[in-house]
Amino acid sequence: MTPDSAKALQKLGHECLIEKGAGLASGFTDAAYEEAGVTVIGTAAALFKDADIIAKVRPPSETEVKRLNSKKTLISFFYPVANEALMQQAADKGATVIAMDMVPRISRAQKMDALSSMANIAGYRAVIEAGNNFGRFFTGQVTAAGKVPPAKVLVIGAGVAGLAAIGTATSLGAITYAFDVRPEVAEQVESMGAEFVYLDFEEDQADGAATGGYAAVSSPEFREAQLAKFRELAPDIDIVITTALIPNRDAPKLWLKDMIAAMKPGSVIVDLAAERGGNAEGTVADEKVVTDNGVTIIGYTDFPSRMGAQSSSLYATNIRHMMTDLTPEKDGVVVHDMEDDVIRGATITHEKAVTFPPPPPKVQAIAAQPKKAEPEKTPEQIREEEAAAFKAQTKQQITLLAIGGGLILGLGAIPGMPASFMQHFIVFVLSVFIGFQVIWNVAHSLHTPLMAVTNAISSIIILGALIQIGSSSLLITALAALGVFMASVNIFGGFLVTRRMLAMFQKS
Amino acid sequence: MEFGFTIAAYVVAAVLFILSLGGLSGQESAKRAVWYGIVGMFIAVLATLMGPGGGLAGASIILIALGAAVGYQLATRVQMTQMPELVAIMHSLVGLAAVFVGFNADLTILGVEAMKAGGAEMTGSFADLVAKKTPIEITILQVELVLGVWIGAVTFTGSVIAYGKLAGKVDTAAKQLPGGHMLNAAAAALSVVLMFMYLAGAGSWTLLLLTLAALFIGYHLIMGIGGADMPVVVSMLNSYSGWAAAAIGFSLGNDLLIVVGALVGSSGAILSYIMCKAMNRAFVSVILGGFGGASGEQMAVEGEMIAIEGDGVAAALNEADSIVIVPGYGMAVAQAQQAVSELTRKLRAKGKEVRFAIHPVAGRLPGHMNVLLAEAKVPYDIVLEMDEINDDFPDTDVSIVIGSNDIVNPAAQDDPNSPIAGMPVLEVWKSKQTFVMKRGKGTGYSGIENPLFFKENTRMFYGDAKASLDKLLPMID
Repeated sequence: MTPDSAKALQKLGHECLIEKGAGLASGFTDAAYEEAGVTVIGTAAALFKDADIIAKVRPPSETEVKRLNSKKTLISFFYPVANEALMQQAADKGATVIAMDMVPRISRAQKMDALSSMANIAGYRAVIEAGNNFGRFFTGQVTAAGKVPPAKVLVIGAGVAGLAAIGTATSLGAITYAFDVRPEVAEQVESMGAEFVYLDFEEDQADGAATGGYAAVSSPEFREAQLAKFRELAPDIDIVITTALIPNRDAPKLWLKDMIAAMKPGSVIVDLAAERGGNAEGTVADEKVVTDNGVTIIGYTDFPSRMGAQSSSLYATNIRHMMTDLTPEKDGVVVHDMEDDVIRGATITHEKAVTFPPPPPKVQAIAAQPKKAEPEKTPEQIREEEAAAFKAQTKQQITLLAIGGGLILGLGAIPGMPASFMQHFIVFVLSVFIGFQVIWNVAHSLHTPLMAVTNAISSIIILGALIQIGSSSLLITALAALGVFMASVNIFGGFLVTRRMLAMFQKS
Repeated sequence: MEFGFTIAAYVVAAVLFILSLGGLSGQESAKRAVWYGIVGMFIAVLATLMGPGGGLAGASIILIALGAAVGYQLATRVQMTQMPELVAIMHSLVGLAAVFVGFNADLTILGVEAMKAGGAEMTGSFADLVAKKTPIEITILQVELVLGVWIGAVTFTGSVIAYGKLAGKVDTAAKQLPGGHMLNAAAAALSVVLMFMYLAGAGSWTLLLLTLAALFIGYHLIMGIGGADMPVVVSMLNSYSGWAAAAIGFSLGNDLLIVVGALVGSSGAILSYIMCKAMNRAFVSVILGGFGGASGEQMAVEGEMIAIEGDGVAAALNEADSIVIVPGYGMAVAQAQQAVSELTRKLRAKGKEVRFAIHPVAGRLPGHMNVLLAEAKVPYDIVLEMDEINDDFPDTDVSIVIGSNDIVNPAAQDDPNSPIAGMPVLEVWKSKQTFVMKRGKGTGYSGIENPLFFKENTRMFYGDAKASLDKLLPMID
């Protein structure tokens, strides 16, 4: 809870209590809380007694669980799979426990997804820690004192933490690569400015959306391909940040001894999976170790705590959103709606029963299924299609030529068809041909000028009128005069307007 | 002057005309190409006036000067948004001129026959030409002039009606007299009968009657075609005016007329074909009017149209990096191209990528939008064709649809029962956000519901396009 979120909680009709000195590490004094209308309680034990809803960060200790009863609700991280006994104990006590780590990953619940908030911080801090232990610049520079190459960062696992790490590393100027077993995140990786490392591996990979947005265990073949790729990259990479976790399992070993050995001295590995055993071989949880060849492996598990102020404010907001969902009427009365996907998913004990694991959420789909790409055509198929198209075209042309030729021959075969007509006819047919060839090349954007220009030159009919105007018949002369007049309107109007239009087309 | 010299001049003129059309393949070469056309026309007219065919050169020059004055007025006064109307009305002039020349040819034939029969003397270069012809040649001449007159007459009334529709002086909806296409067919059949009667020597009244039938066809045919199909109609009439000129060229034995007529005719035919293809409709069904081929229920549209105000649009534009603007006829109607250009200039000044997507049938004339944007000084290299830009929509932050409807209708792809199913459309709905500037909630020219307006990432910005943009402009910073 921060003073800000306390105010928001009070608006929901709740009264707020806080343990003495709880905010100090994050820079919030008790005075600041009191100013926000929060009652400061001396000890944690007293707090458990006075409050109906207790929010904390770490999973409760056994003593803390003992303090719960059927009127209390506990909101905290719980890791129900690892702490099964504790969960049972809480259920026996009748308390309602909401595990912040079990908030389902659906869009509506994102505002209370504390895992994401913490992962975001961890990803950011991982890069900062790496930079702290890395003896060079992240960004490449050309200085008077020589050229500095940019650092190369590899992020393994592009979840929230991975993406945050990518964003931080790229904004510091490093060349960032990222890998994930879920190929559908490639787009997200690229959007953060990193290069996605693709494997040459043919297998239908598990669709991340089916497992709730988390990575699943991959096949041994896939793992081999993955490790081979890493082995290839290892000598070039200065900083490795591993974030690969599979829910409720030990972290997969992805950065093996030989890869560490292949890295340059001074390189840094930050293992965000250290709590689960680590992705790198040689990670020691909560410690920083330096290998024989000078590679630093950071296995801290408390990255969020290293940025207390930030973590507190994000977690407080997550809790506040959870409380908002729990008090729909904003009257300070908690309604624990087990029909609600989010609340149901996060609740692990309720009314003396263990309610973990939750049923799958009713709202499905985190990411849309990536469209199955159409199967690539083989070169033979393409060639066959081309040949078929060519054949069809040839056939069509021959048919057209036969018909056209037949018609023209038929015309010529009419008895007594004068030669003068046939001569004009040749000119006509050839002109139509030229017209077709020329017009196809006209740019789309110039179709209006084309119409204006063809309009102007179709006034060539003025020649006909000019020839006739000299007739001795008055009627003919009059009609021809009208024709000359109208055609010349067209000539001048058409050309002028075309010029006007074309003059407007300008390059930027 | 020798006859041979005139022919030589015609050859030069014909080459210049071909170059003039060929030069339109690019914006810069087009500027040069117009001069080829102008010089070609000058040479052709001069050669005819000085040549053996010309008579009354003085009177002709005065008439040409008069025509030039009128043409100059027309060309300089016309607004770029009215370009479709101007082109349509100019086609009608060519059509009418063809009719007159055709009549004259008929009169000359009669006069020469009378002269041969010992009547009054008939002089004039064309009469001399006719006098030399054999009876078969005369018959062919008559066929040609009937064709010229018929096509010219159809072009004349057709263009006048098209002009009326484009200028809003005639109701744009597809309307036909009772009997529909049967009337057209009857008029066409009557024309054929009259042509044979004329050839059989029934007299000039048949030609007059035939002209009337053709005038009716032109009127009725175009009346039956809706406003949305006008691009096809205008290019079709363009084509007709060319064929009319070619037919007259045959009857006068003038090769230059034939060459130019054929060029213009094929040009218009290709344009019509391109337009039809862009709408995925058969040429015949456009000409016969109305939308055909829709079978079964159209997909029901789900969701609702969500309106938005200028500040919302401005905020989104200020955020966006890449913007695509899709202009349509509505932009032309609202005369909003200057405001669009100003918006583009402002957004580009802020380093945003702004591009225009032009559908081949946007507007009422092929290439209409390009001309309007060019007038407003939008650089042509950011104005792209449908095929060039359609793949880029998924990477676009904001698309703005200004007064267009069918060309951005996703039903063309999604709904096999839609009247426009299969028509290539601009896929604006794939961009992250779409704003539609529209006058009101109606369905527009074609009367087809547009599911785009109901999409989740679409917001409707109602109002006159120019007024809306003027409101929007100060908010872009």
